Amino acid sequence: MDKLLKVSPSPHVHGGDSVSRNMLRVIVALLPAYAVALYSFGVGALVVSLTAMFSCVLFEYLIQRFLLKGKFTINNYSALLTGLLLSFNLPSNLPWWIVVIGSVVAIGIGKMCFGGLGNNPFNPALVGRVFLLFSFPVQMTTWPRPLGWASSYLDAETMATPLSLLKAGKLEQMPDALNMFLLDTPGSLGEISALALLIGGIYLLITKVITWHIPVSILLTVTAFAGILYGVDATTYPLPHIHLLSGGMMLGAIFMATDYVTSPMTHKGMLIYGFFIGVITMVIRVWGVYPEGMSFAILIMNAFTPIINKYVKPKRFGRVVKK
Amino acid sequence: MKTFKIGGIHPEECKLSAGVAIEKMPLPTQVAIPVAQHIGAPATVVVAKGDKVKVGTLIAQASGFVSANVHSSVSGVVAKVDNELDAFGNRRQVVVIDVEGDEWEEAIDLKGDFKRTFNLTSEEIIERIKNAGIVGLGGATFPTHVKLMPPPGKVAEVLIINAVECEPYLTSDHVLMLEYADEILTGVQLLMRAAKVNRAIIGIENNKKDAIALLQEKVSKLIGIEVCPLKMKYPQGSEKQLIDALIGRQVPSGALPIEVGAIVQNVGTAFAVYEAIVKNKPLVDRIVTVTGKSLATPKNVLARIGTPMSALIAYAGGMPDDTFKIIAGGPMMGRAIVNIEAPIQKGSSGVLLMSERESVRAEMDNCIRCGKCVSVCCMGLQPYLLMSLVEKKMWQEAEQEAVYDCLECGSCSFTCPAHRPLLDYVRYGKATVMKIMRERSVKK
Repeated sequence: MDKLLKVSPSPHVHGGDSVSRNMLRVIVALLPAYAVALYSFGVGALVVSLTAMFSCVLFEYLIQRFLLKGKFTINNYSALLTGLLLSFNLPSNLPWWIVVIGSVVAIGIGKMCFGGLGNNPFNPALVGRVFLLFSFPVQMTTWPRPLGWASSYLDAETMATPLSLLKAGKLEQMPDALNMFLLDTPGSLGEISALALLIGGIYLLITKVITWHIPVSILLTVTAFAGILYGVDATTYPLPHIHLLSGGMMLGAIFMATDYVTSPMTHKGMLIYGFFIGVITMVIRVWGVYPEGMSFAILIMNAFTPIINKYVKPKRFGRVVKK
Repeated sequence: MKTFKIGGIHPEECKLSAGVAIEKMPLPTQVAIPVAQHIGAPATVVVAKGDKVKVGTLIAQASGFVSANVHSSVSGVVAKVDNELDAFGNRRQVVVIDVEGDEWEEAIDLKGDFKRTFNLTSEEIIERIKNAGIVGLGGATFPTHVKLMPPPGKVAEVLIINAVECEPYLTSDHVLMLEYADEILTGVQLLMRAAKVNRAIIGIENNKKDAIALLQEKVSKLIGIEVCPLKMKYPQGSEKQLIDALIGRQVPSGALPIEVGAIVQNVGTAFAVYEAIVKNKPLVDRIVTVTGKSLATPKNVLARIGTPMSALIAYAGGMPDDTFKIIAGGPMMGRAIVNIEAPIQKGSSGVLLMSERESVRAEMDNCIRCGKCVSVCCMGLQPYLLMSLVEKKMWQEAEQEAVYDCLECGSCSFTCPAHRPLLDYVRYGKATVMKIMRERSVKK
């Protein structure tokens, strides 16, 4: 016989899904929001996002090559995605060296020290962001006015975000909801247009990269929570849609909380996870020191993900028998 | 449209030979008929070297309750009774027969006409099914007569005919339905009488619209038989999933379909039952799909049991240059073969030739915990967890996670974006845990 056949156990075909395909699709889904960021913040958005992406990929490469001495992994685009997501959570006038520090923390401490993609308990981009928030509280909370390409990078004109106005009780100064939905509100790079993020979210749902469970449970919980508060005291608390459209709500619910590695495995678990992210976010927003609580809520629930996975099991076939 | 409730995937169909009429394979010069072509005890050989046999002569007798007769598929002289390498590299006992002419046993009705007249009791039908050596032709090869005799205390309510054919590439059941609809329905009536039920449901996936239309038209004149189109989803052809899809009952873990009042038979088995009872013909041939993307002419052939697979491949245009793997069965649950001279058996539904691009396994990455394996598992298991438990040899925990429930459909490995060989580990874990469970029950 001139040819040897290959033998392996079944199945002999694969669906064609891959880690890099999922990562690329998330990056594609982020492009509308990225375009809005560039349109609104101009050169600052470009500098911050490129710095974050470049340094995340570089640090993953260096750590993999010289410390872990493992398999080459930057070709699965996860480091690029981490960089992009990190920059989406930063103000556009953040000095570049702070962005680099954030990237080191996100990739080094958030991901690689646990063994790389798949082993990290916390969302790396959020680890980077929260580290920067604690280390550089001033720089991380001055928000440039979205003036497009007219705004300069480092000494941009600054203004308060809707959530900090809310925290200060200045309900009357809030931008109107349509602006918050489209663009024109100050904030982190990627969170200014709920519409752009929703378009990305719908793309992710259609391509089955994510399921509806996490975003919908977060957004519903927040709506219910804010609705109750509004019902109790309409003069202090805004209508629920203000909470849905402000800050990192959409970015967090659609892109950050749905991170595969750090969210639960079962649909039931995802609903529980989403519910608590919604509750914790609202508790921090309403009663906490910080105006925004999305990052903290996601990181806290990341810590609970293993417990959720342990106790929330899928429904097994043949368990409930109806005769 | 109905389908099963938990999990499932949608692999590419690749039904290359759909609608290709059944062709009769030319007789081979020699056949090797295994004595163990079914689940259960191997049959005992009752012929010796030099014996003359005809088509339909009994060559091996069932050797226990769960066992099946084996008949000669050709006429000629027994060359030897020996152990030979089977398709998967194991030595198995076979009866090798040199073909001389094509002489059939006198009792077999060779006329191709369709007859419906029969007047037999349940016991007589089961006895004749048993004598004809009929086993489940969907691939599981469980002796059919055993399935038709429910254990004491259990009553069958409904006969389910499995015409799902959810495996990609395979079309043997599809063409059989198109060409032998009347015979199949008569077989179904015989099976209904044998199982003492007055209701039968034929489940067909919606990609076989012509077969659904044809059978629906024909059953409208019959009593008690329904044709139910099913939404396409793999693994609907699995017994438990099919029962769930058709009558909404879930067979409990570790139990048989009779627990929920169902008996499941493959549509090919129904045809074999027709032939055995009406034409008095034992199971000596079957329809096999020979297919593959690079194969010159994918075909559905009627092949005698014992024909070497190489003869089928040659008949369909010869082995293409890019052949990388050859699969006995479909690409999801079929097994890769090591020996193309191995014979076609009762359970051989297809011979599939795959190229490297199609069937090579990609290198695996870390688990990214996307949960896709959990959402596609049709038994509601957690393949990612089972894999890591098996890696660590944590058998007790694997048992708690019901690794024994896995039906090895392969949806998890198919879906995994990190290309992790989930099923390989789960299969190993299942075998080990079931061995531990058996040993424990023996000790008690």
